[in-house]
Amino acid sequence: MATDPSWPSEPAGRYSLSTLLAPAALMRLGIIALVLLGVASAFAWTAGWLSPGRLDQVRLIDTFEAVNGAHPGFRRNHAKGVCLVGWFDSSGAGARLSGAAVFAAGRIPVVGRLSIVGPSPEVADGSEAVRSMALDFTLPDGEAWRTSMNDIPVFPVKDAQGFYEQLVALKPDPATGKPDPARVAAFLSAHPEAARAIALIKGAPSSSGFANATYNGLNAFRFVDVDGKATPVRWSMRPVDAFEPEPAETPREKNYLFDALSARLRQGPAQWHLILVIGQPGDPTSDATLPWPADRETIDAGTLTVAAIESEATGNCRDIEFDPLVLPSGIEPSDDPMLSARSAAYSVSFTRRAGETKTPSPVQVGRGR
Amino acid sequence: MPSRFPMASRLLHWTMAAMVLAMLFIGIAMVGSLADYHRLVAIHRPLGILILVLVALRLANRLIRPAPPLPLDMPGILRFAAHASHALLYALMVALPLVGWAMLSAAGNPVVLIGAWHLPLILPPSDALYALLRPLHTVLAFVLFATFLVHLGAALMHALIFRDGVFQSMVSWRR
Repeated sequence: MATDPSWPSEPAGRYSLSTLLAPAALMRLGIIALVLLGVASAFAWTAGWLSPGRLDQVRLIDTFEAVNGAHPGFRRNHAKGVCLVGWFDSSGAGARLSGAAVFAAGRIPVVGRLSIVGPSPEVADGSEAVRSMALDFTLPDGEAWRTSMNDIPVFPVKDAQGFYEQLVALKPDPATGKPDPARVAAFLSAHPEAARAIALIKGAPSSSGFANATYNGLNAFRFVDVDGKATPVRWSMRPVDAFEPEPAETPREKNYLFDALSARLRQGPAQWHLILVIGQPGDPTSDATLPWPADRETIDAGTLTVAAIESEATGNCRDIEFDPLVLPSGIEPSDDPMLSARSAAYSVSFTRRAGETKTPSPVQVGRGR
Repeated sequence: MPSRFPMASRLLHWTMAAMVLAMLFIGIAMVGSLADYHRLVAIHRPLGILILVLVALRLANRLIRPAPPLPLDMPGILRFAAHASHALLYALMVALPLVGWAMLSAAGNPVVLIGAWHLPLILPPSDALYALLRPLHTVLAFVLFATFLVHLGAALMHALIFRDGVFQSMVSWRR
């Protein structure tokens, strides 16, 4: 080690133990210790370690697992599903609202997933099950647009706290296997917005299958055009297949919805129109429990074609995180707190299942029926 | 008069000190916040890449403008601790952004910086790699925070107890 003769020749032993233990030095050591403790405490406070009762993404996913049991390797929610492969033919009409590459006229490859809501991949398809479509639009230059939509008109809760309380309230009672009605009633009276939303959801008829269902994005986003003008937008995928109501009696086949989808696609691709709904000033953007008035102007931004479905496996939609905030330039989050909360919770769920041993999905395309 | 770090080195040190400390706090805040997660991630990614660029500049700068030597009478064990902790800080400032970039690549998520500006993916999509890299990012961040605390403690020891000019060699505002 080079040394520099220009250093002041201080009193000998400034690095010695006796220097450290001198009374004045001890006081200074105390000051240093306090500074370090202060910085470490600020870090711990920022991490949330000083408020262990608060709701964060880890607690949310932990609760999900505690209430619903663990299904290693599968999504914590929407566990039962299949992958879809197709494309989106953009009409170019959406470019009026957003400069995103997805709305320029042209064809964009799409992969995605059709699923039913719930934590278990083994659950039987049922008339009560909410169906979902998740899509990943692969845009030029490494951009992506991911969206997950449900076949319900509004979301039952407006924020993460409501979602958490609903999760706990719906926990099956071990004695009956069903949620405790008293807890559900308590939740609904504490969350009138959820009670109103659930009434709307129950009032909307479900379709008979995946291919003739309308999937709604529910949360509002800000569409920004090339001039920087922002517009609040919600979107839906509206099926080309005619609506048919659900059969009065739920079929016995455990995977009847998925089997019917396979059969439908053997006849040819299924298609949906991407409908952009333009919000007006005053339309709620921060609360997906509230519908927008039915007369809002809409734009048909193009046609989604689902050419095929395949079983979940390594490298296909199974390994995609359908984070609603993976957005192209031209689509931005609204002030809806559920967006950030979903993004945060999906990340925890994705990280956990990435490290877990995978077992095949009970829904195998081309088998069954 | 004691040696000082060259002006460029001091400027890089203090700029990066603020950025790295902000980064550690943003990182630990975002993984525990539902409400602010997205806002913080949107800062975390470009700031991390900026740190990676700056640390490359800083390593080049250090080759051109070496650090002033440590005091003659500083014991070998302290010298070793100083050099080892500095090497560790540099290694972590390089590794953390790279692991972050690699883990987003393995997840198949676009590495958005600002607007439509993206970085290329540096790994093929892989669940297994993501499962390895994501926890590694956290572990390295904790090691960096611990090393930062040691660094701060040592700097204050030099300033308040040893009073050997080492602290002044980095805090001086004079050219």
